[in-house]
Amino acid sequence: MNALISSALFGVFLMFVGLFVKNKQSIKYFAIAGAIIAFAANLLDLRLTETGSTTLYNMIEVSRFSVLFNAVAIGATLVYFILCGSSFAKVGEHVADYFALIFFILAGITLASSFSNLLILFLAIEIISIPQYILAGADKRNQKSNEAALKYFLMGSFSTGILLMGIALIYGASGTFNITEIGLGTGELHPLTLCGILMMAFALSFKVSAAPFHFWTPDVYDGSPTVFTAFMATVVKAGSFIAFARLFHNAFSTGALSQHWILIIAIITALTLLIGNITAVFQQSVKRMLAYSSIAQAGFMLFAIIALNATATQGIILYAAAYSVASIGIFAVLLKLEDYTLDGFNGLAKSEPLLAFVTTVFLLSLAGIPLTAGFFAKYFVLAAAVQQGGLLWLVILAVLCAAISVYYYFRVIMAMYFKPGTPQVAAVSTGFKAGLIFAVIIVVVLGVYPNILLNWL
Amino acid sequence: MPVQYYIFLSIALFCIGVMGVLIRRNAIIIFMCIELMLNAVNLLLVAFSKMWVDAGRTDAASAQLFVFFVMVVAAAEVTVGLAVIVMMYRNSHSVDINILNRLKN
Repeated sequence: MNALISSALFGVFLMFVGLFVKNKQSIKYFAIAGAIIAFAANLLDLRLTETGSTTLYNMIEVSRFSVLFNAVAIGATLVYFILCGSSFAKVGEHVADYFALIFFILAGITLASSFSNLLILFLAIEIISIPQYILAGADKRNQKSNEAALKYFLMGSFSTGILLMGIALIYGASGTFNITEIGLGTGELHPLTLCGILMMAFALSFKVSAAPFHFWTPDVYDGSPTVFTAFMATVVKAGSFIAFARLFHNAFSTGALSQHWILIIAIITALTLLIGNITAVFQQSVKRMLAYSSIAQAGFMLFAIIALNATATQGIILYAAAYSVASIGIFAVLLKLEDYTLDGFNGLAKSEPLLAFVTTVFLLSLAGIPLTAGFFAKYFVLAAAVQQGGLLWLVILAVLCAAISVYYYFRVIMAMYFKPGTPQVAAVSTGFKAGLIFAVIIVVVLGVYPNILLNWL
Repeated sequence: MPVQYYIFLSIALFCIGVMGVLIRRNAIIIFMCIELMLNAVNLLLVAFSKMWVDAGRTDAASAQLFVFFVMVVAAAEVTVGLAVIVMMYRNSHSVDINILNRLKN
């Protein structure tokens, strides 16, 4: 609750900051302060969860899970502001508005982690999506940015239409929007329910860019200003995943309902893993490679939706944290480089050893090497699928795909350490370096001792 | 009138919208088709609401409230969407989405 209120208020506040503060670089500090306050306010919600979860008018349910996920999302946004906040001014004039839009997206994410009514799910998905269309097109003079915005907008609102149709069909079958009541009283499956579940699964797969609904992702992530891609590909994706997981775990898991969609989501997962990883191998631009890698990582997060147990819940939180922080770090380094191709990284270890080192740690985490957060994140989601049973083929496929992913992540490390070259790097401030080291510490600590996060559940 | 008529009508409208999005190449027309999809859903929600009222449910007005939220969100989407299309038209003097393929390279 507090997270929702404070992030929405700070969104409005930052729009006013844009009117009164003329120095563009100092707006960043207002946003950082706002994120810190929202983080603290969110933790105050823990007192609401001391006796189980609190429900507000059957619309929002504040549970330990939602508070913890909000903490992860706001914390990752804080890291994002610290690392990428100074690059906002390069995109366009309206720096404060961009920060405001990001706060509004955060408000949507807090709704996505705590809805208990399909109306709030719809609003959450839309509050997350609409500011992103604006952010994707923020670079108004750049044609690639325009096209990314248009493509994202058309695809996004198309999938919203499908999501709404799913909601309407489920309402027709069950007569309620409350996610805990949808599955009740269904002795045998109503055909409308099945259609509704399928449509919602497809629409949410669009939003989290799972194959075969991923085709917009590389173009949009590549065309958008890099600083906003860093946010869209990380925190937003984790937020959409929480909505997906919450819906399917709470609404569609009771009784015989789950057996109707698990196989479909499993096939989507397999396709996502294969397409994401194999296509990423062939990319020359690191930004585009990261777009495909985000599809591949979505494949791993989908495991947390198939597996309906407590390990999956822990896994999705850990995955959201590990993936968001590591990807934001890599994007922050990418923002400092002039050339986004692999050759642009050549010889980075010689000229900027610290940047090369932190990028290596983040890439190792994305690949899932032990001692980094990515390892335990992958371990938890795969272990959840093994506990669920009947999905061993998918787990084996995922491990093989993780092996493929090592190849394209290590190509960047090879370029940095073993290839000669003089990369063009923008000036790096001490604060930026401190932020990077802070992110590395998060990644390593979560990789050694994941319970530091999971004990809160 | 039986509720089936409304269901068939709104599913027909929805399918026209989906086909329009998939087939047409003009961004404005695609946008209109998306609006058609949303309005088909609105019609369906209202019809279902009436159906559940007749079946004796007391909370069936929630579906009609949902329709208002869909309208508001659709209006917000129109604002952003038309702005994006206008921005696109200014830069490339076309609203044909075939030029979106340039991003692929």
